[in-house]
Amino acid sequence: MENIEQRVRKIVAEQLGVNESEIKNESSFVDDLGADSLDTVELVMALEEEFECEIPDEEAEKITTVQQAIDYVNAHLKQ
Amino acid sequence: MSNVFSLQGQVALVTGASRGIGRAVLLELGRLGATVVGTATSAAGAADIGKAIADAGLQGAGLALDVTDAAACEAVVGDIEKRFGAVGVLVNNAGITRDNLAMRMKDEEWDAVIDTNLKAVFRMSRLVMRGMMKARNGRIVNITSVVGSAGNPGQANYAAAKAGVAGMSRALARELGSRNITVNCVAPGFIDTDMTRALPDAARDALLGNIALGRLGKPEEIAGAVAFLVSPAAAYVTGTTLHVNGGMYMS
Repeated sequence: MENIEQRVRKIVAEQLGVNESEIKNESSFVDDLGADSLDTVELVMALEEEFECEIPDEEAEKITTVQQAIDYVNAHLKQ
Repeated sequence: MSNVFSLQGQVALVTGASRGIGRAVLLELGRLGATVVGTATSAAGAADIGKAIADAGLQGAGLALDVTDAAACEAVVGDIEKRFGAVGVLVNNAGITRDNLAMRMKDEEWDAVIDTNLKAVFRMSRLVMRGMMKARNGRIVNITSVVGSAGNPGQANYAAAKAGVAGMSRALARELGSRNITVNCVAPGFIDTDMTRALPDAARDALLGNIALGRLGKPEEIAGAVAFLVSPAAAYVTGTTLHVNGGMYMS
């Protein structure tokens, strides 16, 4: 079973069409990985599906880097 | 089927499908191969849609829905996804009129038309976007009206709502285009339906004089335009309004 960090990175790579090797944890979706605003919305949708949760809009807006996504998932989904 | 108008494998949702234009659109999309779901405001209307679909040998269902009820809209879209798959084609057709001269128009008449004909169209569109974005494919067609472009006395509310939908459609077309989702409008002129049958004879006669083709349109003639816009043949058409009015208004 992959850990959360790996799963998040995989989703980011798929959604943004970038190579996983280009993704650093501090990468910003918009500034470093070329995402537009619609991409970021889709990315959150994909995270919601992967981790079977609902991320409220006000929380989603704060997730702008790979690390923030990992942190969010870790904080909200650890059983 | 390699027909450019084929809707095989698609799930199409048509609001306000109990009669008139909505019914004709529902059956046409079904004939082109889509699984069709039509909504009506009453359970009896929904059952009647279900029967019409079955009688025509098509796949799909009739569902009861008041489009101004946000929770009900969400439930219906979820229900369709479970039963048939994600909605790939949405036709926002449900609409009402509350005609009155502007000086006499009540806020309630204004609000009722804006809620049903504008706000609900946005809400339904928003509900299907997620599935369409994931599929990287989607078609939204909003039924507007020649009145939204040409104006009509006694219909300030209706004209405002329909013109509003056209503007909204252009915004959505730009927003969703990169995901291969097209958003267009079909603007009927005067079509022979219950809505226009309510007009006094004198008003109908006056109207006919302004229609190049010299007759009212048929619901099936609107359905043909909708079928085009939701088909693969119209893959490169987005953000536009297709006027279907017999030459009554030419843009």
